Amino acid sequence: MLDSQIIFAGVLNGLLAGGIYVLVAVGLTLIYGVLHIINFAHGSLLMLAMYAVFFLWRLVGVDPYAALPLVIAGAFIFGFFLYRLVIGRFSHGRDENILLITLGLSIVIDNAALLFFGGDTQTIDVPYAGAFVEIGAAFLPLPKIISFAASLLICAALGLYMARSDTGKAIRAVAKERQGARLVGIDVDNIFAISYGIGIACLGAAACLLMPTFYVTPSSGHAFVLVAFTIVVLGGMGSFVGAAVGGFIIGITEALGGLLLGEQLGQIGISLIFILILLLKPTGLFGSKA
Amino acid sequence: MSRQAALCLVGLAAAVMFPLVAPNYLVNVGMMVLFVAFIGQSWNIAGGFAGQTSFGHVVFFGTGAYTSTILQVTYGWNPWLAWPAAMLAGAIVGWVIAVLSFRAGLRGSYFALITLAFAEVFRILANSVPFTRGGLGMLIKADPRPINFQFRDPIWFYYLALLLCVVSILIAWQVTRSRFGARLVAIRENEDAARALGIDVFAEKVKVLTLSGAMCAAGGTFYAQKYLYIDPNIAFGVDKSVEMLLVSMVGGAGTIFGPLIGSVTLTVINEVTRAVASVVPALKNVQPLSLVVYGIMLVLIVARLPDGLIGLFRRKPRHA
Repeated sequence: MLDSQIIFAGVLNGLLAGGIYVLVAVGLTLIYGVLHIINFAHGSLLMLAMYAVFFLWRLVGVDPYAALPLVIAGAFIFGFFLYRLVIGRFSHGRDENILLITLGLSIVIDNAALLFFGGDTQTIDVPYAGAFVEIGAAFLPLPKIISFAASLLICAALGLYMARSDTGKAIRAVAKERQGARLVGIDVDNIFAISYGIGIACLGAAACLLMPTFYVTPSSGHAFVLVAFTIVVLGGMGSFVGAAVGGFIIGITEALGGLLLGEQLGQIGISLIFILILLLKPTGLFGSKA
Repeated sequence: MSRQAALCLVGLAAAVMFPLVAPNYLVNVGMMVLFVAFIGQSWNIAGGFAGQTSFGHVVFFGTGAYTSTILQVTYGWNPWLAWPAAMLAGAIVGWVIAVLSFRAGLRGSYFALITLAFAEVFRILANSVPFTRGGLGMLIKADPRPINFQFRDPIWFYYLALLLCVVSILIAWQVTRSRFGARLVAIRENEDAARALGIDVFAEKVKVLTLSGAMCAAGGTFYAQKYLYIDPNIAFGVDKSVEMLLVSMVGGAGTIFGPLIGSVTLTVINEVTRAVASVVPALKNVQPLSLVVYGIMLVLIVARLPDGLIGLFRRKPRHA
């Protein structure tokens, strides 16, 4: 039967997974907070970034952690131009339209990946994959701990950037009051593209941190998209703190759901939280408005 | 007789004659075109006419498929009797989702996402509970007699799909002619203004999703009887939701013939990519290639042709 030690280990593992979810969700919530669009392609773009990390390792031999700066920069540029050339251009009109466009993008990305990379599950064998750290009765994989710490550091750095830098201030200004920002001379369209780029850069970072312990298939994006939306809705759309708290809650929910209800039924917790939050408190835990 | 009516009759006559001259392979393709047009129409009535974009319409499809299959396999019902029961189940699920979501005031993207989550909950449940036999799926015993809703000759499934498609078009046509339809369009164009005009927005939206759920569930039973097998991923997978949405958007959301035109278009694309793939050996997998094309079409249609392909033939702006 389940005893407290297994639960303890489950909670710790959930916390570690949640640390990376935070990074994915921060990207999504940033895009929502600034552009007021729901980026349905978020999971697919994460999958794409994971393949980038995989191929950097397979073809060039770059360690996933060493690939961080490169993948972050690449993801930013990709996101920036994706917004500039596709999403921004077509973004006139209603929010369902953007949702449909990002849905279309995710269909294209998922299936292009299937076409070019094949449907096989790909993993990276890092030499430190087998290393464990013992905390109480729980054995935690070392790469998960490194990724957890790195994820939180990156989130903190992003928070600092948003708080201190000129671009960060401009992004916050646009998020709060688009017209006002335009009036004081901020190039709003450029800020939109930069924000989208930063959101995707977070995915690039998350991909590097995930790959040492996770796998990638063309359908990985689909697995993450509902998780990411649940975290963001739980925390409150557009809220950074909410994304962080939501990430940990979902990580733990997932781990405990798997332990208590089994592999199949355990996944239901996330969808149920998502539905309940939308029905009962659509502003989420830290959201300001519906 | 008006030109449109004449055109419809000619089209219908061609559709009736088609399987008499076409080879079996094409009869099956035609059956799928009509079937997808039918479930697309069920999406279109809620998503197109009333503007309630759903990402999880498959929840009704799967409910219908599982209801009739369980009644038949586990309780020994005749599938023809199980069919209306499946539609009732679809209507109930549509009603419950609508009441919950619209009571909470969810609109636009939020409604789309919550339908996706409902479909996911149903998929996980179907994977886990004993009476659906979990991930093993459910087999319907083959016994090809018309009384069992099974036919030796694929032509009968074709005609049944044609009947469903025609009925769904008639329903859509009736909706556009009725005050109900006018209220739905008002809600789609501006929900607050519709409410200000005295329309009971909540009641109308619940009604349309209930109707849409019943129709889509009918499609689920049809599918289960045609293939005699369902599992959680077929019944509640996201692919079918996307397919229903795609055919409506591509053909023209909120138009009577949109889903049919979209279904024909996507099938033609699918067959063309299949033909291309048979020539180019590097493309071993056809399915993703046609989906890539579908995705690109969706983006372009939303961006450039909000009325869908049907908008090319008609110069009437849909958006006020």
